[in-house]
Amino acid sequence: MSVQTEGTDTAGGPAVREGRAPAPPRGADRASRSPAGRPAAAPYLLLLPALLATLVLLGWPLVKNGMLSFQNLNPRQLIQHLTEWNGFHNYQQVLTGPDFWKVVERSVLFTAANVVLIMLFGTLIGLLLARLGKKMRLTLLVGLVLAWAMPVIAATTVYQWLFAQRFGVVNWVLDKLGWHSMADYNWMGSQFSTFSVIVLLIVWQSIPFVAINLYAATTTIPKELYEAASLDGAGAWQSFTFVTLPFLRPFLYSTTFLEVIWVFKAFPQVFAMNEGGPDRLTETLPIYAYVEGVGNQHFGVGAAISFLTILVLLVITSYYLRMVLKQEEDEL
Amino acid sequence: MKRSLFGRIWPNATAVVLFVGFVFPVYWMFATAFKPTGDIITENPVWFPTHFTFGHFDKAVHADHFWTLVANSVTVTLCSVLLSLVIALFAAFALARMRFKGRRGFIVTFMLAQMAPWEVMIIAIYMIVRDSDMLDSLVPLTVFYAMMVLPLTVLTLRGYIAAVPKELEESAMVDGCTRLQAFRKVIFPLLAPGLMATSLFGFITAWNEFPLVLILNKDIEKQTLPLWLSQFQTAFGDDWGATMAASSLFALPILILFIFLQRKAVSGLTDGAVKG
Repeated sequence: MSVQTEGTDTAGGPAVREGRAPAPPRGADRASRSPAGRPAAAPYLLLLPALLATLVLLGWPLVKNGMLSFQNLNPRQLIQHLTEWNGFHNYQQVLTGPDFWKVVERSVLFTAANVVLIMLFGTLIGLLLARLGKKMRLTLLVGLVLAWAMPVIAATTVYQWLFAQRFGVVNWVLDKLGWHSMADYNWMGSQFSTFSVIVLLIVWQSIPFVAINLYAATTTIPKELYEAASLDGAGAWQSFTFVTLPFLRPFLYSTTFLEVIWVFKAFPQVFAMNEGGPDRLTETLPIYAYVEGVGNQHFGVGAAISFLTILVLLVITSYYLRMVLKQEEDEL
Repeated sequence: MKRSLFGRIWPNATAVVLFVGFVFPVYWMFATAFKPTGDIITENPVWFPTHFTFGHFDKAVHADHFWTLVANSVTVTLCSVLLSLVIALFAAFALARMRFKGRRGFIVTFMLAQMAPWEVMIIAIYMIVRDSDMLDSLVPLTVFYAMMVLPLTVLTLRGYIAAVPKELEESAMVDGCTRLQAFRKVIFPLLAPGLMATSLFGFITAWNEFPLVLILNKDIEKQTLPLWLSQFQTAFGDDWGATMAASSLFALPILILFIFLQRKAVSGLTDGAVKG
């Protein structure tokens, strides 16, 4: 049995060998009134498992999270399976508490620092890749891919060892470079130094994605454009700002947003490095929600923090999504 | 275009410095894992080890529960990747090859789902799993990991299916294949590289996942390797040799898979299915 599809629709048409199926302009209703009266339900049936999974495994936890955030849920209620609604009390407690806004500020600064460094160096390295000779480019690519592929927890452990107080290689180098007070420096001892190590780790792991994709994007720029630019008397800088940059702009925008989302919700790096310490000073929003909710067993409060975090992410995401949709208008 | 000597040298020099910077942590992990303890605990680092030992690996492998955790990690990763591939294949086929009402909406749904903040949903998931009496089990892990990678799997597979020329499928159907046969005999073999590339992402996600297993499975017998690794250093004091050996063992499958599959996926695509 066969189903009405785009494939059979255009069977008589010229054979176009193209990556994506060119969609002739037509309403969806035309497809559903298929000539032989074949079941228009087929695509929905095919989509059913995926949609069901999304609904149960993603939708339900989101709803559950919302419900939990309006409950008084501490160890007693948890053990006795009690449901005690307490209205907006959790939100009130979180939003008027002394910590929350500090953590928000910290998370925003943390995300900004990471994303700026990732995008700046990722772009520079991507452009460098485009400029290198074949052998050197391959070498650098291998290095980037290794850093990219390194599992997060393994990388975190390695960074702990690199920055270890005793016998750590970083302290040794700093000492030899003349900064003798760093010889036995405890990187996990202060907020700033712990964050420095975490930021370095995240930036090191994230640059390859940006650099390699940006390099791939530069290879799609037609060479004629550069020739035309140089005929018109453009220098290296001008051909960069008038040819390269406009081509890369959409890529740079979308990558920046993706990085913002990824860094903002980064959990393993921050948690495994020092568990949010010292003195809970390196807790970002996801860690804060976990420590309050699970660590201190105020599950309702933790859910409220999670919900607020999701809200922030949703705002960022919606902006990004609108952009993507605009870009892919024809493609979808 | 002529470039000055300086103009020719600085890109290469920068590339070398960057290469060292990106590779060093990975190198240092393996180097430390193979070095005798005397070369690790030393006032001056041994940059290029000349003596090698498998002692640290021996210690890591014989740590309590190591093989149970390996089995858990492998099971959860493989099952979740397979599960998401199967579910995604149906959905991707519909999205790539069929026209129907709400298609665009479905694609947007998956794009949104792809950005789901799992890291901050763990409390809600914990309550759901606890209420279904499934704590300390591998089943919820498998199911949720499959869901984590499902949206991206659907979206990338949709791209790969769309890239298979429609004429191949049509000519198979003209030759008397049913739609299902055409899919199984024509599209599916051509999808292999796409399936591999897509599963690579799933492997990495499931193998690395940390927050969910941290909150769900307190029973060491039901945990996975990332959790074990994050606690390894605490458990073994400052035994960096063994810790780095454990990290190496954990990282190696992914590093190999990444290098192997990346090349394979790309070459498979560029080979092209239709040659004349």
